[in-house]
Amino acid sequence: MAVMTCRDAVVRALDEEMARDEDVIFFGEDVGKAGGVFKVTPGLYEKYGGRRVRDTPISENAIVGAGVGAAVTGMRPVIELMFADFAAVTLDQIVNQAAKLRYMSGGQIQVPLTIRMAQGSAGGFGSQHSQCCESWFMHAPGLKVCVPGTPADILGLLKSAVRDDNPVIFLEHKGQYAERGEVPDHADHLVPMGEARVVREGGDVTIVAVQRMVGVALKAADTLAEQGVECEVIDPRTLVPLDMETIARSVEKTGHLVTVEEAVRAGGWGAEVVSQITENNIWSLEGPVVRVTLGAGIIPFSQPLEEHLLPGPEDVVAAVQRSLEA
Amino acid sequence: MSTSLGAAVRHKMLTNMLLVRQTEERIQELFLENVIRGTTHLCIGQEAVSVAMAEVVDAARGDTVTCTYRGHGHALALGMSLESMMAEMMGKVSGCSKGKGGSMHLADLDVGLLGTFAVVGAGLPVTNGAALTAQMRGTGAISISIFGDGTPNIGAWHEAVNLAAVWKLPAVFLCENNRYGEYTPYEDTAPVPNVADRAAAYGIPSVIVDGQDAEAVYPVLLEAADRARAGDGPTLVEALTYRYRGHSRSDPATYRPEGELERWMERDPINILAGRMQADGQLTAAEFEALREQQRAEVQRVTEWAMNEPWPALEETLEDIWAPSGDDAGVGEGA
Repeated sequence: MAVMTCRDAVVRALDEEMARDEDVIFFGEDVGKAGGVFKVTPGLYEKYGGRRVRDTPISENAIVGAGVGAAVTGMRPVIELMFADFAAVTLDQIVNQAAKLRYMSGGQIQVPLTIRMAQGSAGGFGSQHSQCCESWFMHAPGLKVCVPGTPADILGLLKSAVRDDNPVIFLEHKGQYAERGEVPDHADHLVPMGEARVVREGGDVTIVAVQRMVGVALKAADTLAEQGVECEVIDPRTLVPLDMETIARSVEKTGHLVTVEEAVRAGGWGAEVVSQITENNIWSLEGPVVRVTLGAGIIPFSQPLEEHLLPGPEDVVAAVQRSLEA
Repeated sequence: MSTSLGAAVRHKMLTNMLLVRQTEERIQELFLENVIRGTTHLCIGQEAVSVAMAEVVDAARGDTVTCTYRGHGHALALGMSLESMMAEMMGKVSGCSKGKGGSMHLADLDVGLLGTFAVVGAGLPVTNGAALTAQMRGTGAISISIFGDGTPNIGAWHEAVNLAAVWKLPAVFLCENNRYGEYTPYEDTAPVPNVADRAAAYGIPSVIVDGQDAEAVYPVLLEAADRARAGDGPTLVEALTYRYRGHSRSDPATYRPEGELERWMERDPINILAGRMQADGQLTAAEFEALREQQRAEVQRVTEWAMNEPWPALEETLEDIWAPSGDDAGVGEGA
């Protein structure tokens, strides 16, 4: 096993897929000569040249549209929108075009397009460069949604996304780019979509979290273990498709469910998980489900405010205690 | 300026214009009879642009087209079968999109039609992508995006034209300027007298052409296509035309100044080409009437056929959302 950063995992995935398939092309703002504003894609331009790795104007509609058109005509484009917040500029191309073209054409068209973006708080980026946007895309059938949070999952899921014949929203957490983790050495590490990972096993409460909130949940689990409470932490890794089977199996065992999101409460993926459990597994529950979220918050700039808004281990500990007390 | 085309090409263009006209007139009746639901956007009066465009497109080579919800004419001219279109209009399973698209969402990859895009400005960015594929693979194929005079007021238009110019994509941007963006006259929404004037901002050539004359539109598009195929980048073509009907089914077009429609109808694209063919001894008045009757009968035959075609099976409702690759576990359940 090699140890690498999340940042390295992105570039390794793209490198392996571009080497494997010449129909894979990559474009976005500053991704070529500059290697990406998050320094996530260095070396690709030098290796694959300016025809396959292209810098674009700051034109999100044009970037996604070109990705859609190239995908529809046989290429396998990967595009980058830099900050996930900017997807709002091109929501039409994503939710009306990429997501629906296959359906509206009666299955004639397929859109093998991967749309990479960096989401989440990274400290002081303010309200328009820090959001977690995954729920926007869960509401548009036709899009798969990946939210990997480790180098191995980024590597394996990004490669799966590139090979998928559907449009895939690939969200990386910009606060995790420097995080390190073990990655298998073999050349073709793939992670299938729709398979959750049990990060920590435990029998008392199920905690579901993605990306940076997995680390927060694990810290809370350590604290709770000292109190004799064993948490099972599950990382779904993809939200569409969503592996409810693994989550339900865990809840059947623990009887308690807490979700942890770095996102707005209303209509979040946590609400979806909780709804499905209450619809299908309500008799497994022995206490109230609790969601840890930003509430109806907007990410502020000021450091103490931002840190106050983001869920921390103490919020998760309190949520677990609430679930167990009832 | 118009170039006289060979008799065979003229005959094909005339036949297709009559087919489009007869089809759309029938579609409007079918809406009034509640056989077709939703809405529709007719191109009656604009047929010359469709047939001239289709002459330039070589689907076998990989040429592609994106257009707008006003796309019946483009689809038929490109070669979508009338059966496929009429069944789609009615939501029948034998439609081009199995009834899931309808009037605003036609697609037929076999004739190069990637789609009729129902959100203004959505087609141009996609045309760029198709043109990018052609450029990368060196096929010499082009992609044409057709849009109305309202589209250059939306951001996606500017982003797409700019990117195509910067990347020298083999694209042709074809504006059908029919004088109205929905219900509002062009002059009330644009600060420049011509759509073509916008090209200067992107350093690409532009041409304004008489959109009522198929033989005028064709050479302009051919030159733009040749330029794109040669690697010299996109061209903006503005065809001046007019829609005889309202924007959509619900629009009686009362905003038009008196006499405007009549003036345009004097320059009807079908009559212009038919008249020229008659003057050149390629068509008699009787043959013209016979051709019109032949198309009318064909539209009637296909309409009756489509009305008797089956609906899609209800099990089809959630099919075709996902391409079959990868692990689809749980996707169909809504999350």
